[in-house]
Amino acid sequence: MDKKIRVILAKPGLDGHDRGLKVIAASMRDAGFEVIYLGLRQTPEMVVEAAIQEDADAIGLSILSGAHMTLFPRTIQLLKEKKAEHILLFGGGIIPKEDMQKLEKLGVGKLFGPGTPTTEIIEYLRQAVPGRRKEEAIF
Amino acid sequence: MFDKEFLKRVEQERKKWEEEYRQLNPHCQKSKFTTISGQPIKDLYTPLDTQDIDYFRDLNFPGEFPYTRGIRHSMYRGRLWTMRQFSGFGTPRQTNERYKFLLKHGQTGLSVAYDLPTLMGHDSDDPWSEGEVGICGVAVDSLRDMEILFDGIDLGNITTSMTINGPAPILLAMYIATGENKGVPVGKLAGTCQTDILKEYIAQKEWIFPPVPSMRLIVDMMKFCTEQMPKYHYVSVSGYHIREAGSTAVQELAFTLADGFAYVEAGIKAGLNVDDFAPRLSFFFNSHLDFFEEIAKYRAARRIWARHMRERFKAKKQESWLMRFHTQTAGVSLTAQQPENNIVRTAYEALAAVLGGTQSLHTNSMDETWGLPTEKAVKIALRTQQIIAYETGVTNTIDPLGGSYFVEALTSKMEEEAEKYFAEIERRGGVLKCIEEGFFQKEIAQAAFEYQQALERKEKFHVGVNEFVEEDEKVDIPILKIDESVAVEQAESIKKVKQARDNDKVKRTLEELKKAAAGTENTMPRLVECVKAYATEGEIVNALKEIYGDYREPAWF
Repeated sequence: MDKKIRVILAKPGLDGHDRGLKVIAASMRDAGFEVIYLGLRQTPEMVVEAAIQEDADAIGLSILSGAHMTLFPRTIQLLKEKKAEHILLFGGGIIPKEDMQKLEKLGVGKLFGPGTPTTEIIEYLRQAVPGRRKEEAIF
Repeated sequence: MFDKEFLKRVEQERKKWEEEYRQLNPHCQKSKFTTISGQPIKDLYTPLDTQDIDYFRDLNFPGEFPYTRGIRHSMYRGRLWTMRQFSGFGTPRQTNERYKFLLKHGQTGLSVAYDLPTLMGHDSDDPWSEGEVGICGVAVDSLRDMEILFDGIDLGNITTSMTINGPAPILLAMYIATGENKGVPVGKLAGTCQTDILKEYIAQKEWIFPPVPSMRLIVDMMKFCTEQMPKYHYVSVSGYHIREAGSTAVQELAFTLADGFAYVEAGIKAGLNVDDFAPRLSFFFNSHLDFFEEIAKYRAARRIWARHMRERFKAKKQESWLMRFHTQTAGVSLTAQQPENNIVRTAYEALAAVLGGTQSLHTNSMDETWGLPTEKAVKIALRTQQIIAYETGVTNTIDPLGGSYFVEALTSKMEEEAEKYFAEIERRGGVLKCIEEGFFQKEIAQAAFEYQQALERKEKFHVGVNEFVEEDEKVDIPILKIDESVAVEQAESIKKVKQARDNDKVKRTLEELKKAAAGTENTMPRLVECVKAYATEGEIVNALKEIYGDYREPAWF
């Protein structure tokens, strides 16, 4: 029996455009995920803290402001420092393909651009989340 | 509008037409025909649909109550709408160059886009600003930046709109000081400050302080501008952002006007005469993809505002009844896929705004799902307006769609639906109460969710995204990149400003501001003194935060 996937959803930084994140939250809730919606004006520190406290499987960050090359790396760094690398960091917003590739190399999961159907994001998590904790335990 | 015999005949003939239609064309493209907002639309509109409309009561002539057909007697025959491209990026110097470029190419009004740190009251060197300086708009940290921004521009001869809300009074103070330095007296300055904090809580989420002190600051602006800046629109009550957040057209209409009424109530409660402050309230709407729904929305907006201002708020002056608005084509309608298609979307949306009688218009650039507009893209956007104005002939006559069975029926329907929302908002205790309880926010989130589901079920379409998709498409357009050096430059500039200014004076002016903010003295003159002393935006905001605190919203989705 699959345990419910627990996802933290947040907007780090100053960007307040949360339409997309809210739609994703509602879709995930309808898909049977446990959604912990942190909302706006989060820092990477606040997000990682919450993810650990809530024993989340994944963190989804929405960034449309162009600040993704500051905020994603900081979050990945914090997950490393807190030994919480089993938590999958993914997200979306306005992120050029070259930056997506750079972030992937740093350990960030998939990043979704404008027009992505919510079903695609949900499918991705269903594939990518199971097994991550086991991987952690091995090391 | 029509006599009973005639209507009876239309009804009979329509029934016959429907029968023939069903026999000849049994196939229907879709099972439901609705606007993008979900408003059902009939196959055909006839005099039956407009029979309850009274020309003089409901439409009347342009420039006459209730202004359904336009707020001016001559509309575009007398003067075209202002072509006002929302613009800003990087340093004030870079943006100044873009303003000059746009003015050279025929734009007729300025519109300032500030970066997120500026919008949120943070200086460029604040930790919260990291990675965000100059990326979404121009970085303005102090009066020095404002001076550079408008360098070589005659503020006495052009109107400027500033999209700023949380720190609106501060940026207005900077604009006033900049004008003064250029020899333009405060009373001669013309333009608009968005200021509309209510829609921030509802949709754009760029507030700084909690609702009550934010409203107090707005009333201070209202009083100050009413006395000293007769040509200045101190609030642009906005629906654009509400729509972008995912609302339907009716919600955009209703929530925006409800916000407008709330500002009117606030002014009256503060002891002002409605006819003194209402004439300089202005509005700002979205122009979205569904062509006729948008046109009907603008016409309904004018009529609703006029009626409420005269009947409910007892305004006596025409200038208090007529609603002037700016329009921006819908950012959310643009696609990252096949971005050239956005030129077409923007053109249709711009046309709807013109047919709807807007006073001022911004057209989006095709590359805005990827970055801020390049010169080439923004020029095309500007030319889009010019082609409408100078080539299409739609400006030859006023309110060309007036009398259309469809458009008039839809206008009336939207007014009716909006009134239902006003009643609901009243029932729940008013706009501030609704904000507190998340009524607007939840309605908007629900509408956004339903729209996304409709797209994913292919009940609604977005070309290039869920239909006519090009797998492996290569997006081949230049994208504007903001250099990291902007943040460094701004930080340097702040240092220099702080070194060169009289820091005791800054301290004093901030203290005086805090006293005014904590008491009942109007904060605007104090703000002007702070900015003239070259206090930074962040310093001023922090001073106000000491008095007003900040605000975190509950997280609904």
